[in-house]
Amino acid sequence: MELAVRCQNLQKRYGDVVAVDGLSFEVRRGECYGLLGPNGAGKTTTIEILEGLLAPDGGDVEVLGRRWKTDEQELRQRLGVQLQETQFTDKLTVEETIRLFRSFYHRGKTIDELLGLVELEGKRGSWVVKLSGGQKQRLSIACALAGDPDLLFLDEPTTGLDPQSRRQLWNVLTRFRESGGTVLLTTHYMDEAQTLCDRVAIVDHGHVIAEDTPKALIASLGAPKVVVHEGTLEDVFMSLTGRHLREA
Amino acid sequence: MSTGAHRGTHPPLIELMLARLREFVREPEALFWMFLFPIVLSVAMAIAFPSGAGQAVRVGVIAGPHTDALRKTLAGSKDIVVRELSPDDQMRALRNGDVHVIVTGGNPPTYRFDPTREESKLAQLVVDDVLKRAAGRTEPWQAHEDLIQVPGSRYVDWLIPGIISLGIMNNGLWSIGFMTVQARLRKLLKRLAASPMQKRDFLMAPIIARLAFLGPEVAVPLVFGWFAFSMPIRGGIVSIAIVSIVGALMWGAVGMLMGSRARTFEAASGLMNLISVPMWVLSGVFFSSSNFPDVVQPFIQALPLTALIDAMRGVILEGSTLVSIWHELAIMAAWTVVPFAVALKIFRWR
Ligand SMILES: Nc1ncnc2c1ncn2[C@@H]1O[C@H](COP(=O)(O)OP(=O)(O)O)[C@@H](O)[C@H]1O
Ligand SMILES: [Mg+2]
Repeated sequence: MELAVRCQNLQKRYGDVVAVDGLSFEVRRGECYGLLGPNGAGKTTTIEILEGLLAPDGGDVEVLGRRWKTDEQELRQRLGVQLQETQFTDKLTVEETIRLFRSFYHRGKTIDELLGLVELEGKRGSWVVKLSGGQKQRLSIACALAGDPDLLFLDEPTTGLDPQSRRQLWNVLTRFRESGGTVLLTTHYMDEAQTLCDRVAIVDHGHVIAEDTPKALIASLGAPKVVVHEGTLEDVFMSLTGRHLREA
Repeated sequence: MSTGAHRGTHPPLIELMLARLREFVREPEALFWMFLFPIVLSVAMAIAFPSGAGQAVRVGVIAGPHTDALRKTLAGSKDIVVRELSPDDQMRALRNGDVHVIVTGGNPPTYRFDPTREESKLAQLVVDDVLKRAAGRTEPWQAHEDLIQVPGSRYVDWLIPGIISLGIMNNGLWSIGFMTVQARLRKLLKRLAASPMQKRDFLMAPIIARLAFLGPEVAVPLVFGWFAFSMPIRGGIVSIAIVSIVGALMWGAVGMLMGSRARTFEAASGLMNLISVPMWVLSGVFFSSSNFPDVVQPFIQALPLTALIDAMRGVILEGSTLVSIWHELAIMAAWTVVPFAVALKIFRWR
């Protein structure tokens, strides 16, 4: 099967801190792959290396069968990126912001299509500063989708959002998947990984400690715990590390 | 190759410029300061350097009965303003410039002044002349005084092109430097770096967009000078416009360099002060840079603000043609291309 992402033995350190420590995984075309792990696990560092924003200290990265060193321009045209903490310009409108990003891409959807895709038609003339957290996040997705990407990177797309906004955002992603897109996302919400992802890698201390479909991971827990309540990825993380996902 | 029409947007450089302009005009304070600065400075100068007769010299006399006659004699001259000082006050008054010279004693008098101050040397001569005449000096002749004021040669005329240049420098440095740091703090630069945007476009857009406001920015103090002081505008509008544009592009590029790596506003403003404040002094905004020794002149002449001010004074006051100021234009071109290239090279996108 053709791969969207292949990374092998990725290494990245900041001074004494080892952020990514021999991390390997593969994302297939058309799937939604999740990196699940607590804060500080190295998810952002990993995804930024894959996005060509950070240079790894070691390891091997291939994205859409291309390499950052030789094919940066082509890759940038074909990838959609949503970063963990981008703040768009306060006093530009939603439409102006999307238009700016759309102008960078050779191909892609129209501004109206993008507004419709993320359900922001009603906000097209609003300044970014006036948007709610969920609306800002959907604007960010619209900018990521501006070039009709083959592969979409999302770093904690729903952190800090209320349940309704999360669901709205999940709908946007589902539509993107249905149109054949590949998604790589990071999250520390197990329900998000369970709902959206075909396969999940559980990341802790900079490497993958388990990888499978959410179902298989939960099944691997074995009987005892599942009796009390239906198993979750939280339980998987607990049984692997002895810690809770969110407090870690 | 797809066209702008295909995308439904303008080309990226234009979209980036539009974004910059929209952001700017939606920030009314920025516009306000941009135009207020040159006007306030010009008005302050108009008050400090009235276009009427020369200023009177301020002479300090130590208070006391035995100085009455001296005081009367001095006060009789229209060129002199007398201030009474207590003995304790005299040094402070001299230091602050409240008085230019202090006269003590009677016959012969003692003049106390700082010879490194031009206005004090002048005051000493005026006082000496008045006192000697009062003491009965006979004049070999009474020269006719032909008092004229040539617009264009007064201090205020000389000053306004300098203030215009200073405005171009400040607006370019601060608006572009700060915008860049702000976008970095908001992680917007990182997001843009993740897109296929050409990095050169991003750096060029605000520098070019700044030209949209350059017209009024230069015209306001120019018209003010012409209206309030009858300052002559001898050069053509085209020459003045071209010098202004070259200057604005240059300071935009320098501002971009200043903002190219800074991670905080403090770091950026420290850097911008570090390079701009010495130029306020060296480049001859308020007093001629020919006051500095010959050995440092080549350095001063190579400074970007010196080149801009010299070119601006040339076209406004002397009606210089662009050809005759090619040297200044070349210096400014170098100060545009090199900082831009360095900024592009070292720019920090995260
Ligand atoms: N720029 C940086 N400088 C120093 N340490 C960093 C930097 N970025 C991340 N780290 C450290 O690397 C580790 C992994 O961080 P990160 O990749 O952001 O984790 P996650 O996204 O999973 O929360 C953390 O210990 C973090 O403190
Ligand atoms: Mg993170």
